[in-house]
Amino acid sequence: MKSSKLKTTEEFKNYNKKKLTSSGFLLIVTIVLFIVMYAIGMIVFSNKGFAKPQMFLNLFISNAGLIVTACGLTIVMIAGGIDISVGSVVALVCMACAYLMEKMGVSAYVAVLVGLLIGLAFGIVQGFLVSYLEIQPFIVTLAGMFFGRGMTAIISTEMISITNETFRKWANFQVKLPIGSVNKKGTLIPAYIYPTVIIAIIILILVSIMLKYTKFGRTLYAIGGNQQSAMMMGLNVKKTKFQAYILNGILAGIGGILFCLNSGAGFVEQAKGFEMDAISSSVIGGTLLSGGVGTAVGTLFGVLINGTISSLITTQGKLSSWWIRIAISLLLCFFIVLQSILGSAKKKK
Amino acid sequence: MSKGMESNKNLVKKITGSRLFMPIMCLIVVLLINVIKTPGFFKITINNGVLYGYVIDVINRASELVILAIGMTLVTAASGGQDISVGAVMAVAAAVCCQILSGGEVSVTAFANPLIFAILAALVAGAICGAFNGMLVSRFGIQPMVATLILYTAGRGVAQLITKGQITYIRVDAYQSIGGYIGKSPIPTPVFLTLITVIIVSIVLKKTALGLYIESVGINGSASRLVGLNSTRIKFLVYVICGLLAGVAGVLASGRIYSADANNIGLNLEMDAILAVALGGNVLSGGKFNLMGSVIGAYTIQALTTTLYAMNVSADQLPVYKAIVVIIIVVLQSSVFKKFISDLKNKKKEGKPIAVKGGQQ
Amino acid sequence: MEQKTVLKMSGISQTFPGVKALQKVNFSLLEGEIHALMGENGAGKSTLIKVLTGVYELQEGTIEMEGKQIVNHSPQDAQNQGISTVYQEVNLCPNLTVGENLFIGREPRKFGMIDWKTMNKKAGKLLESLDIQVAPTQLLEECSVAIQQMIAIARAVDMECKVLILDEPTSSLDDVEVEKLFTLMRRLREKGVGIVFVTHFLEQVYEVCDRITVLRNGELVGAYEIKDLPRVMLVAKMMGKDFDDLEDIKSGHLEQKFEGEPVIEAKGIGHKGTIHPFDFTIKKGEVIGLTGLLGSGRSEMVRSIYGADKADSGTLKVNGKEVKINKPLDAMKLGMAYLPEDRKVDGIIADLSVRENIIIALQAKKGMFHLMSRKEMEEAADKYIDMLRIKTASRETPIKSLSGGNQQKVILGRWLLTNPEYLILDEPTRGIDIGTKTEIQKLVLELADQGMAVTFISSEIEEMLRTCSRMDVLRDGKKVGELSGDELRQEVIMKTIAGGEDHE
Repeated sequence: MKSSKLKTTEEFKNYNKKKLTSSGFLLIVTIVLFIVMYAIGMIVFSNKGFAKPQMFLNLFISNAGLIVTACGLTIVMIAGGIDISVGSVVALVCMACAYLMEKMGVSAYVAVLVGLLIGLAFGIVQGFLVSYLEIQPFIVTLAGMFFGRGMTAIISTEMISITNETFRKWANFQVKLPIGSVNKKGTLIPAYIYPTVIIAIIILILVSIMLKYTKFGRTLYAIGGNQQSAMMMGLNVKKTKFQAYILNGILAGIGGILFCLNSGAGFVEQAKGFEMDAISSSVIGGTLLSGGVGTAVGTLFGVLINGTISSLITTQGKLSSWWIRIAISLLLCFFIVLQSILGSAKKKK
Repeated sequence: MSKGMESNKNLVKKITGSRLFMPIMCLIVVLLINVIKTPGFFKITINNGVLYGYVIDVINRASELVILAIGMTLVTAASGGQDISVGAVMAVAAAVCCQILSGGEVSVTAFANPLIFAILAALVAGAICGAFNGMLVSRFGIQPMVATLILYTAGRGVAQLITKGQITYIRVDAYQSIGGYIGKSPIPTPVFLTLITVIIVSIVLKKTALGLYIESVGINGSASRLVGLNSTRIKFLVYVICGLLAGVAGVLASGRIYSADANNIGLNLEMDAILAVALGGNVLSGGKFNLMGSVIGAYTIQALTTTLYAMNVSADQLPVYKAIVVIIIVVLQSSVFKKFISDLKNKKKEGKPIAVKGGQQ
Repeated sequence: MEQKTVLKMSGISQTFPGVKALQKVNFSLLEGEIHALMGENGAGKSTLIKVLTGVYELQEGTIEMEGKQIVNHSPQDAQNQGISTVYQEVNLCPNLTVGENLFIGREPRKFGMIDWKTMNKKAGKLLESLDIQVAPTQLLEECSVAIQQMIAIARAVDMECKVLILDEPTSSLDDVEVEKLFTLMRRLREKGVGIVFVTHFLEQVYEVCDRITVLRNGELVGAYEIKDLPRVMLVAKMMGKDFDDLEDIKSGHLEQKFEGEPVIEAKGIGHKGTIHPFDFTIKKGEVIGLTGLLGSGRSEMVRSIYGADKADSGTLKVNGKEVKINKPLDAMKLGMAYLPEDRKVDGIIADLSVRENIIIALQAKKGMFHLMSRKEMEEAADKYIDMLRIKTASRETPIKSLSGGNQQKVILGRWLLTNPEYLILDEPTRGIDIGTKTEIQKLVLELADQGMAVTFISSEIEEMLRTCSRMDVLRDGKKVGELSGDELRQEVIMKTIAGGEDHE
């Protein structure tokens, strides 16, 4: 009896020693990867302003929409689902906003509201089909993806540039920061961000808190970890999944509006492959495709890696822009395989 | 009297129960709409020694889709998931083919390399893409759609790289005839190519045990292992076949426009192919499959597309309607919905009051 | 000391289409006792538990908790009444921490937000009070299965349960872990919790339980104090025998002598976690039975020979030649065939036709490019439909629409078609009618006469006695005896199965 107790305390110590979990490991890989990539950028392209603070902030400015959308996707993926319609939803929201403001003279406030409602509608319909009718999320959202893109084309096949004054004011309002770079004359040129970045960061923080500190958030993890168990523990699996898709839809709607503020136009081909960016950001940021693991902060780093890859390739100037897509896909592939290997290693144990 | 009715009922049941009933019915419905909308739908004329008409157009245009649908059927049956990269793989194959034929020029009027070599290379490229998907699915156990999502997004980029970002034109008659007409044949070449593909795949399924293996693995993986089947290898193989067929479709599509347009070849076709499989009476979660059903499904979808075009729906808008059809089909196939319907039926049988109540609501 | 009855189930009957799963079963549980619920497959243990926990709707009978009549419509209801269940597969989330698993769904809050600090503190206290040595912040997947099992119990206990049902919690635990679990169970007993313990391990029952209720074929055999029921009696009760009138059944197969090279010779074959290394030899024409209670390692033993679970130790010789079996196909090519225990999960390929189900193994053996002709397939199918008298509308009927017995015959036909030298039958007669049972027994003897080596696994001793020329006995994942000749009597077999004090 005594010996067995001794053994348990020993085990106990061992358990405490190995704090680093495989998901923690993935997140560290991601952060290190980002720092290394950015450092390389700073060294290689120092003459092109890669080292300036503004360059770093630009990562946030150009990816504000992606941050929000990827957060939504992270929520769904933690619960073991997926949504590949977000790119189309973003395009549809942009187009709808542009059309309402430019062709119908609607105020910017109403346009934004309609944008949010579109996201909500996608969330409700897809969420219902996935959680209550138990249809594979992939098929449902694949249909959603084609539906959204098609609806965009039905609204208008031509590009609509947004000239609405209120909307432009929102888009171009610079928030100056106390940091910046010094120009040749020695005066400080303050770095700036747009309101979109602030919204994205606020949402990121809210999602983080939601995931960690609310029953809804923890239920998402439980479902992703083991749906059967979650049910046995008395958690409402269907409702939570449904809510996750709705939340994801709303966030895709917000992401669409932020994207629109950045691009200032609506057109059919907009945000093509955006779903891939969002999924890869989430996965690279440590979200498991099988569900149950993931954080909003990790997703942010995923977005930053995506952004760094594209700015590295753009700054380099010689490689075609197609390399961005390929590089991100390869990175995603690498992380998926890594997850799969880590996962099967765990099972063997 | 009851006996006669009984046998009638049996006949009806036999017809409606047939696996091809659903796809054929859908096709008939679409064709009927056309007959009403466009009176000249079934008219076939001969212009310049070539057959013309809506029907011919549907059969011709459906070629790539039929070929893709075959591969998609096999993938669905064995792995219970779909390959959404087929459109992108078509673009890759087309790019490989044209690049070899042009020898790197943007536009050529003579082959730089033998045609047969280029086509083979394109097919190999398709098969390699399939092998990549297959490895992720069978070896690493990744969900089919996530695995193929990678090539779905990266594939067109790869195709662009192969053609160096340009649209490569092959202005050679021999190449154009792949998508057009060979010699004085009144029937378009794609129709022949499709026929050949269908026949080859049918023969492979008839002469080897592949079909049985695929169904077996798709229905019960654990039992399949105990009877000595290697499900990893079978799944891998199926993805390679799917990639190979996407390669065939890619070459065909590029022959039509005698060029490799990485952005547009096979665009949105993955959705049509999945739709064809579902319309063909195949369950999207795998198991038994029905190749002819998918083929008929593919023609149905092309007929639908042509109809929608005739109704002035633009190519960009088509996906909206197709997405709705897909959702309707998967809802009808879903077990929850089926259970709901059967519960409803049972309630009706049990007692009239409930049925009346239901009717009023 | 008089103990109060905490749970009383009386006159419980449960019928499923075509099956009477429970008939007028009574069961009572005292406060602060550990009560074993025993029975072979199909005895109705799990049905009884599911009725109690509200998984099945109560059809007939009453359930009383502390004198009050209750009806549970869902596991949630049962939990609210103070009835908690811990299953063999741990129903917790591996990706969450121990503390969270204990409190999810009822986390302590502060300003509407989950208060992690309080939660971990409470979790720590709970774990400490039950002497479970694990930190609340630990991820569950990093804990051993035993600890996970205990955490599941802790969760149940903390939800104020008065009745704790442990459904085969020890199946995947090693001895040390089992001991830890028992300590916890005893501690709970002291606290007055009534524990229902479902297990197949006799040793464990006698180590930890106070009373035993035995079920058989959906009927109550009886409830006994542990000291009044020796092991042999327990085994006899479970198998439906009165120990005094065990008739002698002789196999028609005993007289022959088996000589020559063994077909299969296994030395030290084992599979970690399921079956201890064992030796096994079988010769041409022999029928060897494997017996033991459910979960004793019968299936695991043959699965490790066949390569269904790759053996991780030992050597295997087939016809005198040493071989390596990595997967079932390897075994098939060496002339083995395996009819699996779970027909639905491992046997039938539901949507395929009878014909396809019969030829699939031979076809897999031949390889993809040597497709059997339609004629060959039909002849093969017809031959076995005829020979085994399979009742089916046609050979193209999907196997899923056949009755259980006929499905089993199809699977048998599948393996006979591969013309095996060594045939493994794992519970071929379970859940099928008497007529078919007898047919299968006769067939086994015929096949053996033709020179086939057969391993026969069954929970029914008579049928083994009728067919087998030798029997290997297993207990708790170990091979514990080989019986032949005069030892092949029910009495001896049961004693060997029971082991312990009666077998010294």
